[in-house]
Parts: sequence; structure tokens; C-alpha cells
Amino acid sequence: MPAMNMIQALNSAMDILLTQNPDVVMFGEDSGYFGGVFNATDKLQAKHGAHRVFDTPINEAAIAAMAIGMAAKGLKPVAEIQFSDYIFPAFDQIVSEMSRIRYRSAGQFTSGCVLRSPWGGGIRGGQTHSMSPEAFFTHIPGVKVAIPSNPYDAKGMLIAAAEGNDPVIFFEPKRIYNGPFDGVPDAPLKSWAKHPKGEVPEGHYRVELGKAEVTREGSACTVVTYGTLVHVAEHAAEKSGIDAEIIDLKSLSPYDIDTIAASVNKTGRAIVAHEAPRTSGFGAELAAQIQEDCFYALEAPVLRLTGWDTPYPHAHEWAYFPIQSRFIRAMEAVTKAV
Amino acid sequence: MLSWYKDMLLIRRFEEKAGQLYGMGLIAGFCHLYIGQEAVVVGVQGALEEGDQVVTGYRDHGHMLATGMDPNGVMAELTGREGGYSRGKGGSMHMFSRDKNFFGGHGIVGAQVPIGTGLALSNKYKENGKISVTYFGDGAANQGQVYESFNMAKIWDLPVVYVIENNQYAMGTSVKRSSSETHLYKRGVSFNIPGEEVDGMDVVAVNEAAAKAAEHARSGNGPYILEMKTYRYRGHSMSDPAKYRTREEVDDIRSHSDPIEGAKKKILEAGYADEDALKKMDKEIKEIVSDSADFARESPEPNPDELYTDVLIEG
Repeated sequence: MPAMNMIQALNSAMDILLTQNPDVVMFGEDSGYFGGVFNATDKLQAKHGAHRVFDTPINEAAIAAMAIGMAAKGLKPVAEIQFSDYIFPAFDQIVSEMSRIRYRSAGQFTSGCVLRSPWGGGIRGGQTHSMSPEAFFTHIPGVKVAIPSNPYDAKGMLIAAAEGNDPVIFFEPKRIYNGPFDGVPDAPLKSWAKHPKGEVPEGHYRVELGKAEVTREGSACTVVTYGTLVHVAEHAAEKSGIDAEIIDLKSLSPYDIDTIAASVNKTGRAIVAHEAPRTSGFGAELAAQIQEDCFYALEAPVLRLTGWDTPYPHAHEWAYFPIQSRFIRAMEAVTKAV
Repeated sequence: MLSWYKDMLLIRRFEEKAGQLYGMGLIAGFCHLYIGQEAVVVGVQGALEEGDQVVTGYRDHGHMLATGMDPNGVMAELTGREGGYSRGKGGSMHMFSRDKNFFGGHGIVGAQVPIGTGLALSNKYKENGKISVTYFGDGAANQGQVYESFNMAKIWDLPVVYVIENNQYAMGTSVKRSSSETHLYKRGVSFNIPGEEVDGMDVVAVNEAAAKAAEHARSGNGPYILEMKTYRYRGHSMSDPAKYRTREEVDDIRSHSDPIEGAKKKILEAGYADEDALKKMDKEIKEIVSDSADFARESPEPNPDELYTDVLIEG
């Protein structure tokens, strides 16, 4: 199997989708001619035509809303919001229209589409290029939220999202587009070529949404996370020698509580981790559900390891971001707590 | 004229230095250089009064220098240091100066347009005789909130000059491919807002147009749109190789329409200064810029406690 980075894997997924389904169309800011700011749609316009892969003006609200209209009339839009920090002009359309068209038409119309968007921090992007806004979207019944953490899943999940019938907000951790991140800020970039999930089949396959994966088995505690932090957590476990079980959530809405509960019932200790601010973050949902489902197995309070309750900072990025040392401290705290 | 030349040269040299520091890894993340567009902010600023407000997008270093903000503080914000205008919290795209009435650098495309309109409403409410100059680019000109702003600005005749810096590329997408009406000065027609196209590479033309627009807004006639035809020489950001245009296109504009070379020619022809005086000026500016780079390198990293300050006033 060829080695691919996340960009190549996503590009391969989109190439397959365009080839296999004539109703698939892709659009976004600089997505067509330019091939996307991170090259995710590189060469797709040249191969599949400018009527299927095209540029929009800088109009996030209309990008999301046009996708709804296109989907309602039989197309399969896979649209791009250039950075997830730019998605908010589209928020009204996602909340009020995209998520509800099936419900309020009693199933006559659907808005099955995918909004892809580079997401998360770790690239020194500051306030408007680093956010993790997933919790805003997991609070909306009627849209799915998915966040892959490696090239293999990125391709399989994007195909599954586009082949499903529901709207999916598909966030792509841009810090790990070109290689996994072990959570040591100044360490040189690693390549996906040496990572098992960097091996990506060239053809069609799906990684179904809604399923989490245990990426590292362990007995000392459970770490539930997603995106870039999956790798930081794994490296923290290796570095510290704490035998943590790491769960890559992959889908946040709906999410796989069964896999989480099975793990926490085994370990009795849980950390939930994300880059987004702590208060009302997705970790709060996870902690609450773990408490409901695993209360009698818990030997320590569920611990949240998150970004702080501040705007995403510029100079203070590594004080804000849950880096490897913070993971190790959290693992030590949760395993020692009685 | 000489002072405009000096201001443009300061921006050019500052941006060249910022590009160098970026290349050396001292500036991280996103950095959008203003090289090529200097005549716009310098010409407009020359038409403003003390107390008028300026707000812009993320290509903001030139605007800050034009308002008189200290190059040291701007450069130190680029490097994310304590001595930066936002003490390292904002970075290249997000800097402010209450003292110079500069209301930011905004990283979200078009977001500053309704904000600038709000500044104008504040001026009108307080009857202070000031105007808001709200800059945005050709890419932002297609955002919906721009038109919500235009409509309100004209309903209430707010004192705002909208300056569209049309550098012809919204990152990699040219105006021709993103705009059904490429003459952006016409965008106010259906709101009854007058607009005009200006040679944004000619500081004198910019200044004359800005003076007229400012007078219009200041005397209660409501908003005015100036479309500055300009060009950025560098990529959209430091990571953009600019594959979407030819080297020849860039070279052609550099060699025929450069705003600084144009001003220099006029200065020499009119005898405002000679070559030696201009060389001396360039040397002085290089020293200012070099000092700002030293300051930005030597200014300490901000204290980690600063992460949590300025989130709320009463936390």
C-alpha cells in the first residue's frame, strides 16, 4: 500500500468520489483552480472539470446554504470552509436549515452534504486560524461531526461521510496534515510514511462514522480524545510509561459511548482531552456520560485536559495547547487519585 | 510629497524586514505583506484628521505604520513579544492602538466592515465630526455583511469611507473569477452610495480622491466608496508561492507602476529633493526598521500569566 499524508489521502478520497458518482460536486474558497490552501483539492478541477470542482467567492454563509439547496435537489456537495475559524458566517444556515430540513419536511427532503474544514491549532495561526469549534456543532441535532486523526481514517471517513445521506461537518486537524505530532512543540516534523495509518489503499474503502477506535491498549487509565491529541496522548503514554488506553473518538456526533464505557469500566480512570476551551467543551459531554454509564467502576474523578478558557493565543500557543507534558501530568494525577 | 514618499518607503522597508524575520523563524504563523500597496494607506492617511478612525483586515502592517504607530511595537507583535502592541496576544493580523485610533487588524475576511460602520455610527451619535475609514479587499467585497453594512450606512448617512483595496487576487482567486461586477466601486449603486475608481499606485491620486471622500462623509452626506486599483508583489501570505499569476505580470507592474518609484520620479522632477537626499532618507529608514527588528528580537517573551488576562474585565 502506498504511503500518503492526510492531504494526499483526502485528495484520493475526493478523486474517487468524483469518479464514482456524477452527482458529487466540490467547491469552496480557492478550492478549484488553486487546489485549496492546503492542496487538498489539488488537480481535481483539471481532472474532473470546472463544473464539478470550482471556486466560490469568500462567502461562507452561501457556501453552506448552496450545499443545502444542491443536496435537496439531488446533488452531493462536498464543500470546503477554508479554515474552521471561518465557519461562523455559515452557522445560521447550518443550525437553522441544514440540520432541520429532513425533520421539518418529515423526511421528504434531506441535506446530505459534507462541509470539510481544516481545524485545530498547533501551527501558530493565532486567534483566527487555530480554533476547535466542534462543540458548537455537536450541540445541533441533525448534523454529524467527524474528526479523523490519520491518513487512513481521513480517506475512509470522508468517503463514508459523502456516501451517507446526512449532513456531516468534517473537521481536519491541520497540524497533522503532513505528519503526526507528538506534542513536543519544537521537535522536528515527523512523516506519515513511518506511521501504520499512513498506509492508505489507493482504491475505495469506508471507515464508518460513529465508531471509535482503541489505538493503544492499556490498563492504568483511559484517555478519550480526537484529532491531533490522539498522537500527543500516545506519545505521552510511551514517554511516561503510564499504561494508558487511548481512544480515538473519530466521530463526535453521534459518538461511540460503548467503546468508551467498556474501556473505563476496565481501567476505572478516565481523562477526556481536547484543544478547545474547557467550559462547555465536548469534554463536558463525555465526562457527564462516562459518569452516568461507569459511575460504579470509577476510582477517580473524570479529568478534563483542555485548552484554557481564553481566545486562542498567538505568543502563548504552547501554554494553551495540551502538549505532551500536560498529558503526562494528567495521567499521573488520574492514576494516583483515590 | 516628500513626507508621503518617506512613509511609503518606511512601509516597504518594514515589510521587507518582516519577510526576512519570517524566513529566520522569528515570526511564526501567518504574515501578509503589504509590499506594492503602500500608496493606498499613505495617500488616504494624508486626507484624514486627528481622531478619525481606521479599521482594516489582516494585511494590516502598512495601515498601522501609516497611522503613526511605532514600528518597534508593530514588529514586536509580529514576533509575539511583550513589547508588541497586543503584548503578543494578537500577532500579525490582530493589533490595535487606542492612541492612534487604529481599531485593528481583523483576521476574518470582511468582519471589519460592519465594525467600521459601527465606528461611524458612534461618530454621528456623538456629533464629533470624525469619520471612519474602513478598508477591505476585493475578496472581502463579496461577503454578505459588506452589503448589510452599506445599506445601513446609507439609511443613516453614516460618516464612513469604504476603501476597497483591489489588489486583484483574493489569495489565489482573481477578481475576474470571483466577482460578477469587477468594477467594485459600483458596488454601492443599489444603495445610493457614490463610488469611484482610483489609481491606487499613485499616492497623489489616492490623496485627492480620499480628501474628496472624507469631505463628503464628514459633511453629513453619508458613506463613500473608493476602489483603489492596486497590486501586491508578494504572495497572499508567506506560504503562498503565487502560482496563479505569472512572473511577467508581477514584473510588469513593478517596473511600470511601482508607487514608490513613481513618487521618487515626481520628487526629482519637481526638485523637492535630489538623489543624495533620498538616499540619505532611505538610510535613515533602514536604521529605524533595523532598530525595530532588534527591539522585536530583544523584547522578552510575554509572561505566561498574560494568557488569562484581558478575557473579561470582571471575571
